[in-house]
Amino acid sequence: MERLTIAQALREGIREEMRRDERVFCIGEDIGVTKGFGGAFTVTLGLSDEFGHERILDTPISETGLVGAAIGAAMMGLRPIADVQYSDFLFCAMDQVINQAPKMRYMSGGKITVPMVLRAPVGATQRGAQHAQSVESYFFHCPGWKIACPSNAYDAKGLLKTAVRDDNPVFIFEHKKLYGAKGIRKVSGSIDASSDIPAEEYLIPFGQAKILREGKDVTILATLRMVYESLRAAEELASKKGISAEVIDPRTLIPFDYDTLYLSVKKTGRLVIVHEDTMTGGWGAEIAARVSADIFDCLDAPVTRVCAPDTPAPFSTPLEEFFVPDKEKIKEAVLKKA
Amino acid sequence: MPENKNIIDTLPGDAAKAMYRAMVTIRQFEDTVYYMFLEGKLPGTVHLYQGQEAVAAGVCANLRKEDVIFSTHRADGHAIAKGVSLNACMAELFGRVTGCCKGKGGAMHLGDIDAGMPPAVAIVGGGLPMAAGCGLAFKYRKQDNVSIAFFGDGAANEGAFHETLNMAAVWKLPVIFVCENNLYGASTHVSKVMKVENVADRASAYGIPGVTVDGNNVFEVYRAAGEAVQRARMGGGPTLLECKTYRRGGHSRGDSNLYRDKKEEAEWLAKDPLVLVREKLVTGGIITEEEIKNIEEQVKAEIEKAVKFAEESPFPAKEEIFKDFWAD
Ligand SMILES: Cc1ncc(C[n+]2csc(CCOP(=O)(O)OP(=O)(O)O)c2C)c(N)n1
Ligand SMILES: [Mg+2]
Repeated sequence: MERLTIAQALREGIREEMRRDERVFCIGEDIGVTKGFGGAFTVTLGLSDEFGHERILDTPISETGLVGAAIGAAMMGLRPIADVQYSDFLFCAMDQVINQAPKMRYMSGGKITVPMVLRAPVGATQRGAQHAQSVESYFFHCPGWKIACPSNAYDAKGLLKTAVRDDNPVFIFEHKKLYGAKGIRKVSGSIDASSDIPAEEYLIPFGQAKILREGKDVTILATLRMVYESLRAAEELASKKGISAEVIDPRTLIPFDYDTLYLSVKKTGRLVIVHEDTMTGGWGAEIAARVSADIFDCLDAPVTRVCAPDTPAPFSTPLEEFFVPDKEKIKEAVLKKA
Repeated sequence: MPENKNIIDTLPGDAAKAMYRAMVTIRQFEDTVYYMFLEGKLPGTVHLYQGQEAVAAGVCANLRKEDVIFSTHRADGHAIAKGVSLNACMAELFGRVTGCCKGKGGAMHLGDIDAGMPPAVAIVGGGLPMAAGCGLAFKYRKQDNVSIAFFGDGAANEGAFHETLNMAAVWKLPVIFVCENNLYGASTHVSKVMKVENVADRASAYGIPGVTVDGNNVFEVYRAAGEAVQRARMGGGPTLLECKTYRRGGHSRGDSNLYRDKKEEAEWLAKDPLVLVREKLVTGGIITEEEIKNIEEQVKAEIEKAVKFAEESPFPAKEEIFKDFWAD
């Protein structure tokens, strides 16, 4: 057992998978440079010492190129772990991400597989509109990608290892404020998402939500940083308002564990969905629609969402604080329905 | 390469002094910004331009207010050289409503279209296509203005660079692509990611002039940019101008450059563009030590004023988040 941050847990997960399977390699910008950063958030720090620069492959600043190269290598049977420094830069590679990776298998009549992982940091950290987006929903919409979004170090390692072994393209969205990156790469306003990591190997299957707090009055569904805001809201709702909230982290958006969510909502009769992304067309809308269609009879109130407003992320500190959903807005949403 | 002294001789003294002043302003502005950043007064991150001042100053000295520049994450040098107000730049870094983007842009998006600079683009390579579009608009309207795309060596490996140079070439757009080759894209040395020796060598692939100059020598930059600007204004099409230079500091906040070769670093740090320009101006008899001191004092006062202005300015009100969204 060892206490690790998300950055460290991902690093150990990558290390184990690379030791286990020679086909696994990492590809990205500034990930293996000697005396460098180990990627934008230190996840691959030191890995080039063990695996060399062929397996921790630094690329030019060429997102289309590096994502496409990962796809091609995966089609040939390698198992790349690609990353972009901020998820906002995925948009530079949209053709490869949307038109190629998730369609190759289908278009080939099932003859080709694309076993790759694409890691991308999300979330607002006072860097303005082009370094702040939570982009999960763009890819949630695109059939063919699996999507993991770990909120703590234990899940991060287990989900990463499952992703590497999956034969499909898998996104891992990681939150910048949860990495626990240290030293000069520390992100201000970070939240402690570290976990005790068992010495033994473990994997976390996709499509298994985790109930982080049990409750009976309302279900709060949240991912990534919003998990922590939701847990804080739940605590205060319990202590100050006597409302018992159940908090669920789906851990993967695709596949999505509807069973666990539906069981919870059947018990509580109410659902609040929280994501840091802007509201319109976000993944929360899809879940809300499904819940309404599938278990309408169990609902005592309309499903509501707590999300960022439909604007770009503003830079100024008070505006960004207002932009990112927090425990107060979650409490408000719960109380409004009460 | 011609003697730099000759360049000075052909330069109006005012232009030389203006460039020097711009360089001093950038240097001092960033000394202050970095200090305040370490003090925890500024949010987010900073990408300092120190060491590259001669490029912004030398290029922008050839521009009119109506010419437009596109900048990068390393934006404040360009903003200052293009004449965005110091107060508005500083207030933007503080996230105040009086900032050049009302606090909505931030350090990586400094700019003010009224000064000929839209918000800087923090997506590497993302500014180049828009710079071409800006040139297209000038050409379309038969204006003799030019558009400048500042970008780094790293950006020259983005697809956007190649697509844009080709289009600008075939359409003969009035665009100058100014590559500030500081030898690194973040921590990655240019030799690891590029087979050609000079970024400007790539110009021939698109059939446009490619020029490489010492980016730490403001007079060389000024002259080369002047030629490119002149050509563009006359309908001669784009130029790829590469300025070889070096960051004095880290890539961004707190980066201690451990990955840089110490010999390379020492060589470049010894070629401080500010020291070089000062020497040349004094030995060339363009400026006296006295005048230099005056300029430095004046700039210092301006920057103190800008900090005061920023700190005394209010933050945007929450409702601001919904404003400036749709054009109506
Ligand atoms: C599309 C994209 N990829 C990656 C980044 C992250 N990033 C920011 S600056 C930078 C290095 C840029 O190098 P260069 O173009 O040489 O400019 P310099 O920083 O040296 O001024 C990187 C990789 C980004 N902002 N945008
Ligand atoms: Mg560079």
